[in-house]
Amino acid sequence: MGLGTYLRNIKDAALTIADGMAVTASHLVRKPYTVQYPDRLPEGVRVQDTLPFRYRGMLEVDLEICTACLACERACPIDCIVIDATKDKAAGGFVMTRFDIDMAKCMYCGLCSEPCPTGSIHHTPEFEGADYSLESMVRKFVKAPVLAYKPKKGGETDPEIAPILERGMRYVGEFASAEGGGGEE
Amino acid sequence: MQEFVDGLVANPSWVHYLGAMLVFGGIVVFGFVLPIAGITTWVERRVAGRIQSRIGPNRTGPAGFLQWLADGIKSLLKEDIVPDAADAPLFKLAPYVVMTGFVGAFVALPFGGPLIIADLNVGILYITAVTSLVVVGILMAGWSSNNKWSLLGGIRSAAQIVSYEIPAGLSIFPIVMLSGALSMQSIIAEQGAAPWRWFIFNNPFTFIAFFIFFVAALAEGNRTPFDLPEAESELVMGFATEYSGMRNLLFFMAEWGNLYVIGAIVATLFLGGWQIPWALAEHPVPRVALQFGTFFLKSYFWVFVAVWLRWTLPRIRVDQMMIMCWKYLVPVAFVNLLGTAVWMVLFPHGAPGVPELLCVAAAVLLGLFLRRVRYHLTRAGLKREELSYNILATERIPGLG
Repeated sequence: MGLGTYLRNIKDAALTIADGMAVTASHLVRKPYTVQYPDRLPEGVRVQDTLPFRYRGMLEVDLEICTACLACERACPIDCIVIDATKDKAAGGFVMTRFDIDMAKCMYCGLCSEPCPTGSIHHTPEFEGADYSLESMVRKFVKAPVLAYKPKKGGETDPEIAPILERGMRYVGEFASAEGGGGEE
Repeated sequence: MQEFVDGLVANPSWVHYLGAMLVFGGIVVFGFVLPIAGITTWVERRVAGRIQSRIGPNRTGPAGFLQWLADGIKSLLKEDIVPDAADAPLFKLAPYVVMTGFVGAFVALPFGGPLIIADLNVGILYITAVTSLVVVGILMAGWSSNNKWSLLGGIRSAAQIVSYEIPAGLSIFPIVMLSGALSMQSIIAEQGAAPWRWFIFNNPFTFIAFFIFFVAALAEGNRTPFDLPEAESELVMGFATEYSGMRNLLFFMAEWGNLYVIGAIVATLFLGGWQIPWALAEHPVPRVALQFGTFFLKSYFWVFVAVWLRWTLPRIRVDQMMIMCWKYLVPVAFVNLLGTAVWMVLFPHGAPGVPELLCVAAAVLLGLFLRRVRYHLTRAGLKREELSYNILATERIPGLG
C-alpha cells in the first residue's frame, strides 16, 4: 500500500462518515411517519381505512358470490376452512350448510383467496381480531342454508350482486396475479 | 473534599473521611451517574426514532421521559437466571466488576468548578487505568457463561479494548505534554473559556488527536460502529447473552453511562472543561452552577454525537476494526505525539495566530457540513410543513394515508 492510497483511505473515511452523518442529520428535522394507533389518530380516521387494498387482514366471505367450488378449502395448508355443500336438485345447484373459518388457526397466507374464481373469499384490512375464547374466533358465514352462486353468461345483471362481484373480481386481479397490486390504479 | 471535612469537623479522624467519602459517593452514584445512564437510553431512543422517521417512546410521562425508570424497575423485578453449567461465582461477579470500572472513573472526573470527588494528581492516568477494569468484567462474563456466543463476545471485547487503549493513550499524551499535568483540574486550568484557548485548537496535531481519541474511546466503550462484542446479528447479545434481570441492567447501565464518561474526558482534555469567560469571584453559587452547566453541555453534546453515529454507521468487521486501529489510528497518533513535541520546542509559548486559524478552519468545516445537510434536505424535495425542528415532535408528516 503506497502512501497515496493510505492518505486517500483516510480522506475517504472522513468524507463518507461526514456525508452519512449529514444524511441522518437531515432526517432529524423531518416529521415522523408514525401513525399513533390506536388512541392518537386524527379525528374521524380509522386506521383500517388507510391500509392498502392488498393488506392481508382477517378473512371475509361474500356468500352471495360463493360458488361452493371448495377450492379455498383444498388450498388451505392448515385446514382452517370447513365447507359443507350438498347437491340439491330441487333447489337447482349446491346448497351450503356450513362455511366456517377458524381465525385462531389462520396464518394469513392468502393461499385461499388465490384460487377463488369469483373473489368471494378475500382478506380485509380488518385486524382487530382479539377475543376471549378460541370458539368465538371461528367465523361462521352460513346462518341458514344458502344456494351457491352460479356465474351467468353475459355478465351479472342483478343490481344487488353485480357490485359485490365486481369487487370480488378486483380481488382476483390483485391477489391471484403475480403483477397485481403494483401500485395506484 | 478533604478541606470540606476539615472545615466541618474540628478534629477529623479517618472515620470522618471514610463517612464523607461514602456519602459523597452515594450522592454522585445515585444522584448523577445512574440517572445519566438511564436518561441517555431515553435520549438514544428518541434520537434513533427521529433518524428513522419514527417517534420513539412517548407514552410514559412527558414525552416518554420516564421510560428509563419504567425499564429499570422492570429489569430489577425480573428473574435473575444463572445457567446450570455456568461458573456461578464468576458469572455473578462479572457485572459488578464492569460497574466498578465504570463508576470508578467518576472519582477523578470533574463536574464543574470546585466540584470533583478527588482531584488526583494522576487523574487522567487513573481514569484510563480504572476503565480498563471493564474488559476484565466482560471477559469474565464471556468465559463464565459457558456459551460460545458469550465467549466470542468476551474475546472480541478483550482484543478490541486492549488495541484501542493504545491510540487513546497516545492521543492523551500531547495534552499531558502541553499542560504539564495529569490532574484533571490542572489540565482544565491550563485552558481558557474561549475556543482558541482550548487544547483542541492549540496546534494542528492536537486537532487530529481529538478525533483519534473520540474514535478510540467509542471503540473502548463498545459503541456502534465498534459494537462487535455484542453484535446482535452474529452473537445474539455477545458477552451478555446469558444475563437477565438486574445483572443485564448493570452491563447496559455501564455501557450507556460510559458515553458520558467519554464526553467528560473529551470536554476536559480538549474542549476547555468547565472554563467560563467571567470570574464571578463574589458569587460562588451562580459561578459553580454556570461552570457545571458549561461542562455538562460540552460533555453531553458528545453523547449525542455518539448516538448520532450509532444510527448512521453499520458495524464494521473484526478485521476492519483491527486494521483501523493498528494501521491508521496508532501510526497517526504517534505522528501527533512527535509533532506536538516538535511544536513545543519550536513554539515554547504557543504559536501566535495558529489557534485562531484552527478555530476558523473548524468553523468552515462545520459550515460545509451544514450545507451538506441542507443539500440532502433539498434533494429529498421536502416542503416546509414536512419539517420540524422540535426533536420531540410527535406530529405526523402530512398528506399520507
